[in-house]
Amino acid sequence: MPRIESAEMLKNIQEKFRKELEAYPMVISICHGMSCRATGAVEVANAFEKIVEGSSDIRFIRSGCQGFCEKGPLSVVRPSNIFYQMLKPGDVNEVMQKTVERGEVIDRLLYANPTTGEKLGKEHEIDFYAKQHRVVLELNGYIDPLRIEDYFAHDGYSALAKAMTGMERGHIIEEMIDSNLRGRGGAGFSAGWKWKTCSEAPGERRHIICNADEGDPGAFMDQAVLEGNPHSVIEGMIIGAYAIGGTDGHIYIRHEYPYAVHTFQNALDQARDYGLLGENILGTGFDFDIQVCFGAGAFVCGESSALVRSLQGQVGEPRDKFVHATEQGYHDEPTNLNNVETWANVPHIINKGAQWFRGIGTKGSPGTKVFSLVGKVENTGLIEVPMGISLREIVFDIGGGIKEGKDFKAVQTGGPSGGMLSEAQLDLPVDFDELDKAGSMMGSGGMIVMDENTCVVDVAKYFIDFLIDESCGKCLPCREGLRQMSNMLHRICDGDGKLKDINDLEALGETVAATALCGLGKSAPNPVLSSIRHFRDEYIAHIVEHKCPGGVCKALISYHVLPDSCTGCGSCAKVCPSDAIHTVPGKKRKDGLLHEIDLEACVKCGACIDICPENAIEKRSPAEVPVGAARS
Amino acid sequence: MEAIKELSVIEPTSKTEKEVEELVKDWGNDGEKLIMAMLAVQDKYNWLPPDALDYLSRRFEVPKGQIYHIATFYKVFSLVPRGKHILKLCMGTACHVRGAPMIADALQRDYDIPLGSTSDDGLFTLERVNCVGACAIGPVLVVDGQYRGNMTQNRASAVIKRLKRLAEKEAENA
Repeated sequence: MPRIESAEMLKNIQEKFRKELEAYPMVISICHGMSCRATGAVEVANAFEKIVEGSSDIRFIRSGCQGFCEKGPLSVVRPSNIFYQMLKPGDVNEVMQKTVERGEVIDRLLYANPTTGEKLGKEHEIDFYAKQHRVVLELNGYIDPLRIEDYFAHDGYSALAKAMTGMERGHIIEEMIDSNLRGRGGAGFSAGWKWKTCSEAPGERRHIICNADEGDPGAFMDQAVLEGNPHSVIEGMIIGAYAIGGTDGHIYIRHEYPYAVHTFQNALDQARDYGLLGENILGTGFDFDIQVCFGAGAFVCGESSALVRSLQGQVGEPRDKFVHATEQGYHDEPTNLNNVETWANVPHIINKGAQWFRGIGTKGSPGTKVFSLVGKVENTGLIEVPMGISLREIVFDIGGGIKEGKDFKAVQTGGPSGGMLSEAQLDLPVDFDELDKAGSMMGSGGMIVMDENTCVVDVAKYFIDFLIDESCGKCLPCREGLRQMSNMLHRICDGDGKLKDINDLEALGETVAATALCGLGKSAPNPVLSSIRHFRDEYIAHIVEHKCPGGVCKALISYHVLPDSCTGCGSCAKVCPSDAIHTVPGKKRKDGLLHEIDLEACVKCGACIDICPENAIEKRSPAEVPVGAARS
Repeated sequence: MEAIKELSVIEPTSKTEKEVEELVKDWGNDGEKLIMAMLAVQDKYNWLPPDALDYLSRRFEVPKGQIYHIATFYKVFSLVPRGKHILKLCMGTACHVRGAPMIADALQRDYDIPLGSTSDDGLFTLERVNCVGACAIGPVLVVDGQYRGNMTQNRASAVIKRLKRLAEKEAENA
């Protein structure tokens, strides 16, 4: 493998691999994102590979996440862009015979528009993809993430060559400031200004860190970038290091993402083999390398000062930030830390210019943002949209609306640090400032959609309990304040809440937000405060009427068999763990109600609802009091 | 100072110590690698045996207190032996709204395996994980590294029953 010693040589190598790939008349790519792998993509890919192996006409790739997780395992046949969904190993032969050999489209493997039923054969025709604007995820689906050669063939590392051989260091930073790229990890601080401060801070060594400790529950954007296009992150980091004067690089990856770790480590090795990491990069005399460090499952380590501590082999407790990490971070030396997605944006900005970047998105938040759109939405998946798109477009056009035709209730942006937004905020343009104003935040990009069967108090309780678990315990507001908030929320969900609790939650939440030490504590009350702001009625319903409108809070619901729908199959009685379901003596099938739930024995586990084939069991809230309970 | 350090070079003696040394031999005594070393130990033994931690403490010249501080701070570490089968229940937000807590309740109620514990027979350890990034198929139960999507109480119960039967069969054959 040749070491690339100049920009010229890089160009030749890119050209060589471009030609090599162009020689294949056809490409079949199968998505190897997390959800697709979990639904059997590996088996499908193995079946394809068996047939295609050694072919000079067909190239087969296991790509990074292509986004439409709901319909996985996915496959796209290019150049015709035929999109197949929910593949099984048994479908492979048919695809090979019909589509590959004869160019026919297999109807039953196509995506059907859920409202019109129309079958859509091409990727870009599908609503889920039509409104997206892919920059960071552009090459997901087109390249084999385990081969640097694929990245070269798509002009990979051109930005690095451009920056290192054609731009002054100051000029690169100016370009970054001009692009107004804001940190995609959540806080939205200008990456360019961070670079500038770090490059000007006094010190001999400067550290470049990539934050890949994606701990937000319900978010997997960074995982998709690391698994789908690891070299874009590496290229971004080298450019950053070169501009800032970085001496060493680190990536802090979550231990729970073994496949991302594997892909990234493989990418680092390849970059080293080609001389893009190590000494004398591109013959410019600049040395830089990146080390991998694992996160060990602590959400707080996504916070910069905690992450730095963890990187130093210590407990990840944040510190106060009178002095920023850009001046005193890793080993108390200037440190520039950016998130995976931020780094992945850098090569695009250098290649196409700040002006191009500012042409996408809004004035205050240019560019695109990757979101993981999850929860009770029809099309779960990974999306990349221009900033400024409305929540409505995301949830209803791209996301296809709510599952099973239910009603929309809320959307949580920004993970546990963000807030819940209601129907009234659906037309809000999604950018850093607008979400902030609405009491939520951009966060790293988790977007959780909730339907009418979700209880907002329960979700607020879930987030607070999550954060209690993840709080490092260093500062009092976060350690004790959150615990008290949790007590109140539990009380409300158990039907013992008082109206005063709502005001107390607000007051305490504001105090915690104002006084906590780090970002985790400061933003922790957001889900509670925003849900009270937009769903006060639901809190009141829990307290005053003992009613859980979402039908989630166990203490406030009861289960009942619907007389007209029950066919008496007995499935529910079989799964009931507390033997609470009995047949009603003397009833005949035509009279309905063959089973009945003993309210006193019922533990409200919901197993009967899961199993009932007739949807003949319903939850009622407020709970109907069991016979005899009034006496006790 | 340099001379003293030379003298205190640690020789692994017991079997565990030798095994641990094998895992960490490339890292010198750089205390920064401590967490990585502990992860490697945990990957090997499925938990952090005390004698391994003792050795790491001497090896990396880090007080034992600090090692235990780290071991209890980070979620992945376990100071007690874990079960033969590791079940990780995803409690990410997407899985939560799709009913993951009901599955946790069911496993505790029906098989006496509360979240974060190991069953008495040592067969199962049930852990919570805060998102495995497979939100489209939530709730997700990761059974010994295999992702099982669209989990329900009944399906989780079937997983447990299957693994129990398997263990019984193995015991019979042994």
